[in-house]
Amino acid sequence: MEKRSIFLVVVVLVAALLICGCTQSEVAATEPPQTLRIATTTSLYDTGLLDALTPAFEQEHNAVVQIVSAGTGKALEYGQRGDVDILMVHDRARENTFLEEGYGINRRVFAYNYFVIVGPESDPAGIRGLQPEEAFTTLREKGIEGTEGVVFVSRGDDSGTHGKEKAIWQSAGYEYAADVQQSGEYYIEAGSGMGATLVMANEKQAYTLSDIGTYLAYQGDLTIVPVVDEGDILLNIYSVMEINPAMHPGVNTSIAQDWINYMVSDDVQQQIAEFGVESYGRPLFNAAAGKADTLGIPAEECATPLA
Amino acid sequence: MNEIIQAFFQAIELIITLDPSVMEITLRSLIISFSATLIATVIAIPLGFLIQIHEFYGKKMVINLVQTLYALPTVIVGLFVFVFISRAGPFGFLRLLFTPTAMIIAQTILILPIMTGLTISALTGVDPTIRDTIRSLGANTRQYLGLLVREARFAIIAAIMLGFSRAISEVGAAIMIGGNTQTSAFWTSTRVLTTAISLETSMGNIEFSMALGIILLSIALVVNLVMMRVQQR
Repeated sequence: MEKRSIFLVVVVLVAALLICGCTQSEVAATEPPQTLRIATTTSLYDTGLLDALTPAFEQEHNAVVQIVSAGTGKALEYGQRGDVDILMVHDRARENTFLEEGYGINRRVFAYNYFVIVGPESDPAGIRGLQPEEAFTTLREKGIEGTEGVVFVSRGDDSGTHGKEKAIWQSAGYEYAADVQQSGEYYIEAGSGMGATLVMANEKQAYTLSDIGTYLAYQGDLTIVPVVDEGDILLNIYSVMEINPAMHPGVNTSIAQDWINYMVSDDVQQQIAEFGVESYGRPLFNAAAGKADTLGIPAEECATPLA
Repeated sequence: MNEIIQAFFQAIELIITLDPSVMEITLRSLIISFSATLIATVIAIPLGFLIQIHEFYGKKMVINLVQTLYALPTVIVGLFVFVFISRAGPFGFLRLLFTPTAMIIAQTILILPIMTGLTISALTGVDPTIRDTIRSLGANTRQYLGLLVREARFAIIAAIMLGFSRAISEVGAAIMIGGNTQTSAFWTSTRVLTTAISLETSMGNIEFSMALGIILLSIALVVNLVMMRVQQR
């Protein structure tokens, strides 16, 4: 009996291995596909945009696209260590440092949308329609006073969205570490991705800062609504860049450049502009092509193919 | 409450209809953890033997250390392996990060102490009179070891099963080393049962998480049943 059960386990595993072996060899009929590794922000991954864009690329370039979803901070760290070939992030300030230090090259902006401050429908802090900076100031004051129902959930994970949140605090005249973090029980650092943070804010009926894409993608499961959605500072710009092969000779630069050119191609720009209309009634992203002025970025960086 | 029941039935449906993504994740989990257990067995059992049958200076301390590492946190294994295999690390040239291979390495390291320690306990647990009898009947070292394994075999199998259970149920190292990726190719993806449950729950796909949870529990149950079976004999 003992031998038989061990035998059974072995049979099942061998069968499993064979099945995997077969399914894989179907994919790689001719030569083995190359792997493209992308580190991306959770706000981009959670919307499902990349999942929609990868199959066509994989087919065209005989590649397997492997996406690691992490906050922008962690993604930049992966890039700095050379663990990925491509970064897709949304934190201009830190991207600039990353490029200046020589870790990244060939940055292209491929999409943009806006951040929104979402919160309970009843809006206990009374910030609806305010400018983002005013809204944050009010949230902080009411939060410290202990007004019933005023809670703010921060990403707290060093992501691009977290970076934007800090920028808004700064623009409102606060020093993030000294004046905001641990300024009261109203301020909660979630330490997780955009989707998870939205779910948490919803559970607590709290306010949070979210990119509009992830919010719309999660809207079906949420009762919190956008309360502040206007203000220049809320612009959210997504870039793609490759890791400098001079820094990390192992990165796959040719397929990485193919990916960048794919993202800025007319076809994909069109797809980005339409992504989400079917499911959410409106696009989650705007295509970046031709919008250099709106975005305030150099024209050659704006959805222009690599030379 | 209705929601939970509904999710539960949807989960069962996902399992019964052999939903491809559920099956793929389950299969990957099994293969990774089974491989890790196999490698750990090959290392841990001889190592346990060596420690147990030799008398050397500091033996007690070594055993103590091994037993302390039973509680080795998965995230520390994750961190440790990450530093070594990340591209900037000493084994970076192997490009192992975010591969199932790396997850196997991490899980092997994770379960080595517990399997080694339990092997030592298993051998120590063999009745001293049996040991003395084997010796006094004139067995040579080889025969002695063979008989010792025979006597301790149930406890050693238990050690292996426990190692497997710890490997398949851990999430910390799997997410740090694997990155929880899902791709179009089976062997490039690193999403396993535990990491998928964590992600899908955060994305609100409760049915999917529940299906995976039920599978994970069933695996534990099967392992436990096999172990009981073996030990009853």
